[in-house]
Amino acid sequence: MGVVTTPPAIGTKLSVDHVHVVFKRDGKTISVLEDINLEVRSGEFICIVGPSGCGKSTLLNTMAGFLAPTSGSVNIDGEAVRGPDPRRILVFQERGVFPWLTVEENIGFGLFRLPRAEREQRIARYVELVRLQGFEKAYPSDLSGGMRQRVQVARALAVNPDVLFLDEPFGALDSITRLLMRGELLRIWEAERNTVIFVTHDIDEAVQLADRVVVMSSRPARIDRVTTIDIPHPRNISSPRYLELRDAIYEQIGLAYTL
Amino acid sequence: MLFDYCRAGFALIHSQGHMKSPRNLNSALPPVAFLAFLLICWQIAASRQAFPILPGPVEVLGGIADLVRHGLLLKYVVASLFRVTWGFVSAAVLAIPMGLTIGWYRRSEMAVNPILQVLRPISPLAWIPLAILWFGVGDLSAMFLIFMGCFFPLLLTAIGAVQSTPDVYIEAGRNFGLSPAAFVYRVLYPAVVPKLIIGLRITLGIAWLVVVAAEMIAVNSGLGFLIVDARNAGNRYDLVVAGMVIIGIIGLLLDLGMRSLERVKSFRWGYSEA
Repeated sequence: MGVVTTPPAIGTKLSVDHVHVVFKRDGKTISVLEDINLEVRSGEFICIVGPSGCGKSTLLNTMAGFLAPTSGSVNIDGEAVRGPDPRRILVFQERGVFPWLTVEENIGFGLFRLPRAEREQRIARYVELVRLQGFEKAYPSDLSGGMRQRVQVARALAVNPDVLFLDEPFGALDSITRLLMRGELLRIWEAERNTVIFVTHDIDEAVQLADRVVVMSSRPARIDRVTTIDIPHPRNISSPRYLELRDAIYEQIGLAYTL
Repeated sequence: MLFDYCRAGFALIHSQGHMKSPRNLNSALPPVAFLAFLLICWQIAASRQAFPILPGPVEVLGGIADLVRHGLLLKYVVASLFRVTWGFVSAAVLAIPMGLTIGWYRRSEMAVNPILQVLRPISPLAWIPLAILWFGVGDLSAMFLIFMGCFFPLLLTAIGAVQSTPDVYIEAGRNFGLSPAAFVYRVLYPAVVPKLIIGLRITLGIAWLVVVAAEMIAVNSGLGFLIVDARNAGNRYDLVVAGMVIIGIIGLLLDLGMRSLERVKSFRWGYSEA
C-alpha cells in the first residue's frame, strides 16, 4: 500500500521526521510546527505537553493522518502515513461518541467487518474492560462525561489499533473523575499494550502516565526536551523522584511552581 | 350533595394512591375550559348580531354535519392530503439529497447560495400563473405549488444541517475506515436527521398553508375549494368557517405526527442539547 521509505529502527513503531506544518490564513502564513522529530517505540506511552495553542493537537492530527504535513513525514512501521486508518485511532476531548448510537453500538462502530457473533463477543469484552456493564443499551446523553470518554476509549480499542492517539481526553472532566480515568487508562494500557500518544496541557497528568514526556515550546512549536519517567507503575506521586521530574518540566516550560 | 361527592372522589383518589390522574386532569382542564369559554362567547356574540357577518359555532357544527352527510368531508380532506403528500414528498426526495450534497462541498454551496437567496423569498403563490401555464388547471398545478413552497426551505435546511455537523463526528467516522456509502449512511445521515426533522415539520406546515390557496384557483375539490365554493355558490358562510376549522384541526394533527418523530430515542439527542 504505502511507500516504504527508510527501514525502521528495531522496535520503532512511529517516527516523525522533520515535520513542518504551515497554515495559510488570510494571505498570511503561520508556522505551527517547526522541524519536529520523534521516535516512539512499540508499546510505549508518550505524553506531549505544552502551553495551550502551541500546536500539540496539530502534531497529533498530523501523526493520525488527519492533516498532511507541509514538509517532512510521519511513518508508522516504516510506512508513510497518508490518511486516517483504523489501525490507529484518535480519541477526542469530548463529543467524540456518536450520540445517536447506544453504548454497545458505539463500541461496535468499527467492527462492521466482523461476523455478528464475534462482534458481539468483542463488544462485551470492551464493555467489561471499561466497566460499563449494565449501560450497554444506554445513549450517551444518559451518561456522565467520564463514562462517555470510557465509551470512546472502548470504541477505539475494540478495533485493536496499533497506536492510540488521545487528544486531551480527560480535559473536560472534573478533577476527581480525571484522576480515576488516569488509573483506568493505565490499567487498560497494561492489559492491551498498545502504543499510546497522549496530548495534555496537564504536566502532572503527563508525569503520572507516560514513559516519556515530550515538552513542546510555544508557536512555532518545537520539541524542547524529552524526559524519560523512570518510575515504575504504580507511581508514588509524592516520591522525591516524581517531584524532581515534574518540577524539572515545570521549570523547562518557564512556570514557577510556587504560587 | 355535590361537595360530598367531590370529597368522596378525592378520598378515593388518595386511598388508591393515584397521584397522577388528578394532575393530568389539572393540566387538561385550563385549555378545555378556555376553549369552552371562547365558544360560548362566540355563540352569544353570533346570536346577537344584527347583520349576519359570522356564523356561530352551532351553525358551523351544522355545516360540518352537512358535509359529513353529503360524503364531502372525507372526500375533500383526502383530496387535500393527497396533493400535500405528493408535493411535500417529491420536494423532500429532491431537496434533501441535493441539500446534503451541496452542504458537503463548500464550493458548490458558494456557487448556489446567491440564486437560492433570490428564489427563496418568492411566495409559492407567485408561481400560480406559471403553474397553470405549464400544468393546466388541475391536481398537477396544485402539487407543483406545494412543491415550490417546500423545496427551498428543505434545501436550505439540508445544507445547514450538513454544515453544522461537528467535525468530531466526521473525523471519528473517517478514522474507522468506512466506505463513502457507509460513511453517509452511518455518520452523515444520523448526524443530520434531527435537524431535517425540524425542517420537515416546518415545511409540512407550509405545504398545508399552500394547498388551501392552490385549491382556491386550480381545482374543484379539497378544503380550499370548499371554502371558495361555499361562498360563490350561495354564501354558505357556515361551510366557509367549517372548512377553516377542519383545516386547523388537520394542520394540528400533522404537526403532532411530525413531532412524535422527535421523541424517537436515536433522534432525541439532537433536541436536548440545543
